[in-house]
Amino acid sequence: MMRLAHRAGVLWTAALVHRLSGLALALFLPLHFLALGLAIEGEARLEDFLRWSDAPLVKLAESGLVFLLLVHMLGGVRLLVIENLEWRDGQKQLATLAAAVSAVIAFIFLARVF
Amino acid sequence: MNVRLYVWQRATAAVMAPLVLVHVAIVFYATRRGLSAADILGRTRGSIVWAMFYGTFVVAVAIHAAIGVRNVLAEWSPVSERHSGILAAIFGCCLLLLGLRAVAAVVLA
Repeated sequence: MMRLAHRAGVLWTAALVHRLSGLALALFLPLHFLALGLAIEGEARLEDFLRWSDAPLVKLAESGLVFLLLVHMLGGVRLLVIENLEWRDGQKQLATLAAAVSAVIAFIFLARVF
Repeated sequence: MNVRLYVWQRATAAVMAPLVLVHVAIVFYATRRGLSAADILGRTRGSIVWAMFYGTFVVAVAIHAAIGVRNVLAEWSPVSERHSGILAAIFGCCLLLLGLRAVAAVVLA
């Protein structure tokens, strides 16, 4: 039988979050670029889009994107440090801290835009 | 993932980490009074600094995301490794073109 006990571990979850956040960001990026590209059609066209983005659900999604971007970046920096510097204990705590810091900053962003 | 792709993914990650921090700071600054096209374009229009900053960001993210998508396709989907590489390369090229177009749009607008 396949052993799945490792999937309950913090670092396995961190690896999954890193992959899923990266995937979500990769899917979002083309839309982000298309939105900014509206400026080619003029400032008014971009302004129209930005007024649409004032909707509460869009703001909520934006704070989610801030979380995804930060958690992916901090998770990636943790990996770079593991791979390039001497091993340090406390990786579970660091992964948890990365997620917590990302969540707090995303929440602050949400509170500011509402 | 072969060594070449591994090195490219890590190198682009290292390049992007500080860019992400600056970008998030800009997002916070830009949204302090609500986003407006005039504010955004007022900062970016004609700016070589922002063109270089976001141009670098776009090139790095196109490479980084394409390698990531390739890995996800190869490991999590029935698509073969070779076809994963082809699809990811197409995705990376699209991302690069759309990204550079967006940078040109806000800098040259």
